[in-house]
Amino acid sequence: MRGKTRPGDRIFLGLSRGAGISLLVIMAAIAGFLAYRAGIAISKDDANFLTESEWNPAGNPPVFGIAVLAFGTIVSSVIAMIIAVPVAIGIALFISHYAPRKLAAPLAYVVDLLAAVPSIIYGLWGALFLVPYLDGLNSWLDEYLGWTYIFEKTGEGVARNLFTVGILLAIMILPIITNVTREVFLQVPKMHEEAALALGATRWEVIRMSVLPFGRSGIISASMLGLGRALGETMAVAVVLSPSFIISGHLLDPGGGTFAQNIAAKFNEADGFGRDALIASGLVLFVITLLVNGAARAIIARRKEYSGANA
Amino acid sequence: MAKRIDVSGLTAYYGSHKAIDDISMTIEPRSVTAFIGPSGCGKSTFLRTLNRMHEVTPGGRVEGKVMLDDEDLYGSNVDPVAVRRTVGMVFQRPNPFPTMSIFDNVAAGLRLNGSYKKNQLAEVVERSLKGANLWNEVKDRLNKPGSGLSGGQQQRLCIARAIAVEPDVLLMDEPCSALDPISTLAIEDLIGELKERFTIVIVTHNMQQAARVSDRTAFFNLAAVGQPGKLIEIDDTERIFANPSVQATEDYISGRFG
Repeated sequence: MRGKTRPGDRIFLGLSRGAGISLLVIMAAIAGFLAYRAGIAISKDDANFLTESEWNPAGNPPVFGIAVLAFGTIVSSVIAMIIAVPVAIGIALFISHYAPRKLAAPLAYVVDLLAAVPSIIYGLWGALFLVPYLDGLNSWLDEYLGWTYIFEKTGEGVARNLFTVGILLAIMILPIITNVTREVFLQVPKMHEEAALALGATRWEVIRMSVLPFGRSGIISASMLGLGRALGETMAVAVVLSPSFIISGHLLDPGGGTFAQNIAAKFNEADGFGRDALIASGLVLFVITLLVNGAARAIIARRKEYSGANA
Repeated sequence: MAKRIDVSGLTAYYGSHKAIDDISMTIEPRSVTAFIGPSGCGKSTFLRTLNRMHEVTPGGRVEGKVMLDDEDLYGSNVDPVAVRRTVGMVFQRPNPFPTMSIFDNVAAGLRLNGSYKKNQLAEVVERSLKGANLWNEVKDRLNKPGSGLSGGQQQRLCIARAIAVEPDVLLMDEPCSALDPISTLAIEDLIGELKERFTIVIVTHNMQQAARVSDRTAFFNLAAVGQPGKLIEIDDTERIFANPSVQATEDYISGRFG
């Protein structure tokens, strides 16, 4: 009766354990590489790496910092989230709770198609189609909402600005947020919806009382997935933005930059040290993404007691 | 205000499938009426036609009349949402809103109706929880989530939620089938108290329960699987269990089939 492990079990254990370990090794390799190369660059930086808004690693002494990039990345991603999250929730609710079945399936398919479009296509479309059209919107915003400061247009030039990038990113992250939230909304147990219905809730009230609370952590994780994509999006931003190393709260003025866009734009021409400097900026993006994910998890964990998961 | 339910010629469909056929009955106010019958006989479907929950199921539709005192629930200008505010329902599995506190669960119906004052809300919540015999168990943790309670407590919370809006009728769809015997007893005692104020209709698979709690019992049956369910008879509970007028009822109650 002595237990003897069978070969199949041993092999499978080894495979799955190996897969688990390789994940950690890859993660450590990326983090280690980024930290090592960034360390070389930052130790020779003559300016404060975090607050300097110039990028001149080839200078003597080298002066470079990520202030502009951090600003541009965060601002464009926040614009994208402000636009995309409500729209995505709306589409997801429409597909899951309002649309007749004949319409819901094709609509979900279109959303999937949107996710399949390569980002360079989004970039070309953004630069050649969206930018000319947004010129008009920008003038309108400047005229009527210019007093808000952020919509005040102080410079000339077409709409190759952070605002346009934000809109483009919103479109790009829409499918992932929509798909994940739709899945969650479809999983709302019928008995929760019926609880609200039986109390005399209208369709919107059912959504407010049962569907949205149940889907809350799903909405947060979907948004964070979208945010992760927006923060790291490279090609589309690089094509649309007319980059400059200026921090400006006037979102409609051309210029600004993001981490990923800056790396893509400068990497080929940079020398060894210039690349180290770019890698240092990449490390910051890496850390920001980790923090965003950590925050999302903390939010979800804090609400666990109230989440639908334990019902 | 408990009201009389008067059903005539009610037929319900799921798509093209006829689930119950031509049911007529009268349910007196301030009484408990139990629906019994084998699985698939349409008793739950019939129950759900009484607060227009049946039509929530895709393909669900209803023909016939359900009068609540002198109002036809299926009248052409009747809002199903308004119907459900006057005909409350308790489900088979306790379904408190998992994201809401105990207090908010009970207050949910009032908040939907919109007309309440803040201090009034606390009063109604306390009265409803007392009405559901749950107040003493939860009064110190009203702001804790309802999903942290035991199954029986959750079901009483759902009853408190349903009675908080002072419905005319309370429908219960196998309210004890997910509960242990002690919790079941607590709910049965509660039903006895609630019938002083509400018209209660309860679907149950447990015939002893029907005999214990109800004044009238309706027996449903179906000729064969796939056939629509029919009302075989409705009578005083004592008669149904002692001396039913239809042979099929006696066979079912004595366990000879079903």
